[in-house]
Amino acid sequence: MTEAVAPTAEAAAETLESRFPGSVTPDTRAGYSGYMVAPDKLIEFSTAIRDEMGYDYLSSVTGVDYIADGKLEVVYHAYKTTGGPALVFKVQIPREDPVIPSLVSVYPGADFQEREAYDMYGIRFAGHPNLKRILMWDGFAGYPLRKDWKEAYYEADIKPFDSRWPGGNFYRSEEKNPFSHNVAYPEGFDPDQWVSEEEAEQYPNLNELDVSTGRGFRTDKIVVNLGPQHPSTHGVFRMLVTLDGETIVDLHPVMGYLHRNHEKIGERNTWIQNMPFTDRLDYISSMSNNLGYALAVEKLTKAKVPERAEYIRILMVELTRICNHLWAIGFLLNDMGAFFTPALYAIRERELILDFFEATAGSRMMCNYMRFGGIARDIPEKMRDENTMEFLNDMVFNRLPRAFDELDTYLTENEIIRSRGIGVGVLPPQQAIAYSAAGPLLRASGVPYDLRRAEPYSIYDRFDFKVCTREGGDVYDRYVIRIDEMRESVKICQQVLRDMPTGGDILAGKPQYTVRVPAGESYGRVEGPKGELGFYIVSTGKANAYRYHVRAPSFINITLLGELCKGHKVADVVVILGSIDIVLGETDR
Amino acid sequence: MYGLGVVKGLWVTLKHFVDTYTEDVRWLSKRYIDPEKLNMRQSPKGKGLFTVQYPDEMLAPTERFRYLPFLIYEEKADGTKEDLCTSCGICAKVCPPQCIWIVRTDDPVTKRPIPAPKEFYIDTDICMNCGYCAEYCPFDAIKMDHDFEIASYDRTTAHVYDKAKLSKPVSYYASIRPTDYAAEEKARAEEEAKKAAKKAASAAAKK
Repeated sequence: MTEAVAPTAEAAAETLESRFPGSVTPDTRAGYSGYMVAPDKLIEFSTAIRDEMGYDYLSSVTGVDYIADGKLEVVYHAYKTTGGPALVFKVQIPREDPVIPSLVSVYPGADFQEREAYDMYGIRFAGHPNLKRILMWDGFAGYPLRKDWKEAYYEADIKPFDSRWPGGNFYRSEEKNPFSHNVAYPEGFDPDQWVSEEEAEQYPNLNELDVSTGRGFRTDKIVVNLGPQHPSTHGVFRMLVTLDGETIVDLHPVMGYLHRNHEKIGERNTWIQNMPFTDRLDYISSMSNNLGYALAVEKLTKAKVPERAEYIRILMVELTRICNHLWAIGFLLNDMGAFFTPALYAIRERELILDFFEATAGSRMMCNYMRFGGIARDIPEKMRDENTMEFLNDMVFNRLPRAFDELDTYLTENEIIRSRGIGVGVLPPQQAIAYSAAGPLLRASGVPYDLRRAEPYSIYDRFDFKVCTREGGDVYDRYVIRIDEMRESVKICQQVLRDMPTGGDILAGKPQYTVRVPAGESYGRVEGPKGELGFYIVSTGKANAYRYHVRAPSFINITLLGELCKGHKVADVVVILGSIDIVLGETDR
Repeated sequence: MYGLGVVKGLWVTLKHFVDTYTEDVRWLSKRYIDPEKLNMRQSPKGKGLFTVQYPDEMLAPTERFRYLPFLIYEEKADGTKEDLCTSCGICAKVCPPQCIWIVRTDDPVTKRPIPAPKEFYIDTDICMNCGYCAEYCPFDAIKMDHDFEIASYDRTTAHVYDKAKLSKPVSYYASIRPTDYAAEEKARAEEEAKKAAKKAASAAAKK
């Protein structure tokens, strides 16, 4: 990594444009920012910004279908791990023949994201090592996020659907969409005769004898499917593992079993209708998802969030982080074989936090709590029998810190965790950055990159907390860093309770179900418990989102899974996956 | 020393186990019967046994807990029921999964719409319990229910709620959400007082 050449953004723009005359131009559409890059200069451009300007972290890659212009666009958001705003660059290609060079050679973290863009838009990334469908099955016809693609049961392009009112005679969608007729196959396609090429590819070397180990022991390689129905995969997730004895030779994550095309649903929904859908992404930490989406839309609407609402948002999000980390630690121990005892002690505290969420937001996990320009409801006076503020103070100042100490005392020095964790799944910092790893995974490798500090959003600049890092980058450090982060979170909560104004508005303006979002694009991102959670939205000024993309940390973090597992034993795969901490609702979307 | 972690771990469990029995002796059997004590068991003040044995024991939901929506009607003095719903359609428009279906009533003579729903369906299979319908209803006519035990044997018919099944009296709403109800009543009374004052003022001005 070289030092950044350009001291200011303007000077950087100057150098980029003069360096690639005619190939790099500013994006001049109203409400848009960044650069348009010619496809043939893309690799050169991205190498330059990575090596010379320090944009070493490729946060998000996604496609947009501008069907009216006959163009597909690929949008990249690159950041510096030292902090600061994004460098946004875009490539436009014709819809008929969408080919652009792959950036995997420059940013390996683009791997899964490019595959997703290929899957959803049919954009072919030349030079991609493994360009296959990732969320849809490989016999699927069509590219679902293109604007002209319609599902088998199609009602209308945008909600609200006209049939609901004023003459809303109910019909069950199942009657219109009967089983076995709810899939559109291409001409001449017989699902019974079809063989997945992707699957078939995994098996040819089964009978190949590997004598390279030189241990004088001739063994076959064997392919094993871990999952999709397996308790250690934390959901419906499959790992195709090639084994040499007990040792992992190769590992391919296979996902998409829970895919419901969240983004297509999001583009049909009105702006506010998306909010409860974000709850269902990472369903362990719905408050963070809410905040990320609210921030993305507020960047366009420029709503000013009232003070009290800002504080309550931070409180909720930090409590969510605690919930998530308690859950992650508990289930990591499960994966290590300490069956459920530590997990239940960890999620006991989570239960109490969820009680508070229920009393405030109305639901324990599907909170649907944030609104554009504020929050839905203020903290209630009472929850069940006790005073809410007393409860919160008790939790934040006494009970939670004590619970973390307890976990620390019993677990951190525990010989099982140490022997199963130390030196397992080591992730060097350079690799972590290159693969766009985020959150605890990145910071456990010693990279102090936390959005709350790197590009403070909401009111995080007011709080005193430290960005935790660990040096080892192994499973053990990923466990320890979660304890550290919970301690920092509780510190933030304490400051919130100390500084929060007692009264005042919680929402800018009146509650509105129609939101006017000016045309343009925005990328709102928050430091979610699992890592950087980003929402890329494009508005055309209408009631519905034109493009709604989720940069899901769980999805991008498992780009690394194969690399981390190679050379380890089968039992370690389970632990490594647990330490990455994924939620399949977010991975598959 | 190997095995120390196991001993430490067992010590936590043992402490918890003993706590459960000391608490039992302290509260006698109240801890399992009295709803107030039941709440306390699963709270920061609770010690020992933390879990609640649903469905034998059940914690009361918090006031804002939301499950499925229901419609509110007022019971008049003469025993007739009057829906608060005016079939304006806002709930159907704001519903994210589009699970609300309303048929507007038309006056048989003039063919003009009457502010009352003829039919009102909610497909509970696809309702996502987000609470937007209740949040944005301008007439406080649709609210979120607490009753979450709705299992049934027939998914093709029983999961679509019609108006009869959805309607519940105001008194029910007041009983599950007393704070919200009181606040709404207060706001309504203030609004009416303001209107009355305005009327009186304009009447006085006319004189």
